[in-house]
Amino acid sequence: MNQRVTFRGWWLPILLIAPQVLISVIFFFYPAGQAIWQSLFIPDPFGLSSVFVGLGNFEFLFSDKFYRASFVTTAVFSILVTLCSMIPALFLAVMADRLIKGSGTYRTMLIWPYAVAPAIAGVLWLFMFNTRVGVVSWYLGQLGYDWNHVLNGGEAMGLVVIASAWGRISYNFLFFLAALQAVPRSVIEAAAIDGARFWKRFWTVVLPLLSPTAFFLLVVNIVYSFFETFGVIHTITSGGPQQSTTILVYKVFADGFVGQDLGSSAAQSVVLLFVVGLLTVIQFKYIEKKVHY
Amino acid sequence: MKKYLSGALIAATLFSPISVAEPTEVHFWHAFTGRLGELVAAQVDDFNASQSDYKVVQTHKGNYSETLNSGIAAFRANEQPHILMVFEVGTATMMAARGAVRPMHEVMELSGAEFDQDAYIGAVKGYYTSTEGDMLSLPFNASTPVLWVNRDAMAAAGVDPDTDLSTWQSVGTALTALKAGGEECPLVTAWQSWIHLENFSAYHDVPFATKDNGFAGLDTELTLNGPAQVAHLSAMGQWAKDGKFIYTGRRNEGGANFRAGECALFTESSAGYAGIKKEAEFDFEVRPLPYWKGVGNSPQNTIIGGASLWVMEGHSDAEYTGAGEFLSYLSSTDVQAQWHQDTGYLPITAAAGDATRASGFYAENLGTEVAVIQMTANKPTANSNGLRLGSYDQIRGLIDEELEAIWSGDKSAQEAMDSAKERGDALLRRFESANR
Repeated sequence: MNQRVTFRGWWLPILLIAPQVLISVIFFFYPAGQAIWQSLFIPDPFGLSSVFVGLGNFEFLFSDKFYRASFVTTAVFSILVTLCSMIPALFLAVMADRLIKGSGTYRTMLIWPYAVAPAIAGVLWLFMFNTRVGVVSWYLGQLGYDWNHVLNGGEAMGLVVIASAWGRISYNFLFFLAALQAVPRSVIEAAAIDGARFWKRFWTVVLPLLSPTAFFLLVVNIVYSFFETFGVIHTITSGGPQQSTTILVYKVFADGFVGQDLGSSAAQSVVLLFVVGLLTVIQFKYIEKKVHY
Repeated sequence: MKKYLSGALIAATLFSPISVAEPTEVHFWHAFTGRLGELVAAQVDDFNASQSDYKVVQTHKGNYSETLNSGIAAFRANEQPHILMVFEVGTATMMAARGAVRPMHEVMELSGAEFDQDAYIGAVKGYYTSTEGDMLSLPFNASTPVLWVNRDAMAAAGVDPDTDLSTWQSVGTALTALKAGGEECPLVTAWQSWIHLENFSAYHDVPFATKDNGFAGLDTELTLNGPAQVAHLSAMGQWAKDGKFIYTGRRNEGGANFRAGECALFTESSAGYAGIKKEAEFDFEVRPLPYWKGVGNSPQNTIIGGASLWVMEGHSDAEYTGAGEFLSYLSSTDVQAQWHQDTGYLPITAAAGDATRASGFYAENLGTEVAVIQMTANKPTANSNGLRLGSYDQIRGLIDEELEAIWSGDKSAQEAMDSAKERGDALLRRFESANR
């Protein structure tokens, strides 16, 4: 039964995949190779000399308990950002999908935050929660809660998670809404005729049909929380207080571009490369099995 | 390549009749924006107008870290400027980069511009001078921490604004009185590591690191977990716990609180003058930084913060001559005195300080001289020349982290500083192996 269409000869297929391969080589394999190569050296910042240290940079990293702790911080941060950006997005999408009047305006408003750059989002949230002049921290103070993310690690984490997830909700909302609208009405109607109420229909019919989208968003959001939340953390906490919001990517930046320690920074990039590679493999191998296309 | 050459030739022939002697360009990258950026631009314009052989082109490259990074990246791409502004913590990085920088004294010798190393204030130039006594870069903006006092807040809390605040002992008493008098923010600080560890150590003449704070070699180790530092941080930690010291952040966030009149005492750079004078709607005063009476050789002298100008390798002799002329111009008495009075930064030459005093500026602006006196009262010792530690930007970051652990009560001062030493030493060893 398995009908396969094959090309005759090699030239056409090679030509067709060449652009993608070329882009991957130039923008991925070459820099990744460079990072791996550089991770074996301790160079001086000006590139005047470079000492080969083998795996010395990795040894240095993993003997640092703060670096190891940064893995936990990153995991907590990524899980929180992913959850906080996907669950509200799904809820909003379900609500927007039911709207009959004014849905266009409603959707546009929900998509807006996505247009705000992460660094700007960081500044906005920082202002609202500023311990001195922030609106939110003032209200919290009225309620008797002393907000101080400058010294309280948990609050700092909460703040960067909210600031990172906020803009992302829009992005997830878009995808969920599109997926919801692709759910065949007939299936839902059939369930309704069988007597299933809205939430019952949602859990048993709609959600499974959304799973490919949810899976896609899960992968994309985890990658986002790993790499693109840098701007938010840089503007709000700079990794502090203590190291409570220093995620792996932030440390790559801080060591490489503030500390001028390019060897360690390269080694950290390599570690990150493996972590994200591993996560993606796990996701596709185990979670994807539960996804119905 | 050939194409470019012929292009250049054509261009040269075309334009040469118009511009017979094009001035040699000297590129200067700095980190100043706002008012300071305007003042730098004005200095450059004045220099360019004062002669026709050289033209200095100034470019803003971002904050201190970004400017240093741009300089390093440009050097790697062989497009480095002639003069690069580097903040004080980047000093060891620049010094270790032999082959990337040309020491200032060599540039001055080559250019033949007027240059007398003895004219510069010891405590200022010490930070940027080799162990042999040669100046490696030109101190540009230098400041030192002082104690800012909100006199109105003191009076409101029932504390005599003229009370003695010269020692931490008496500050401790004042803080208790302020708190009791209803003041919610008795003490706030900026740049905690710079003021409460680096300057603290120099001021009490106790070592911050071995090998003369790194001046005498790369094999230096931190000694910031010594009894004097730990005692001070323990006291500060207790004040934080009692709500007498309010922590606002790693940089100068506290300045906003103080300028808004919310805090009574504020330890901050003398260069905070311009901002405080402009915004404060209360009666303020500058006092010398407090010291612990009976600890070390206090009060010794405080050390500086700020930036210096480094000349980079890889340019022609003519360009170095131009760079030398410009640096000499910046050090001249009138330019320096004006800069000192405009910004609150320290004068880098004794003559500039004298000229400022003679002009009556100190008499009209009370307290502006405090920083100068505090810096120059005593001859700097091996512990109070400054710091020369590699990867220091990173080390300061980890010190900030450990200090936060003290303020939040997670660690005792001793635990935090032991941890800072351990982590900092690891970075120092890495820097040593990268720059052997």
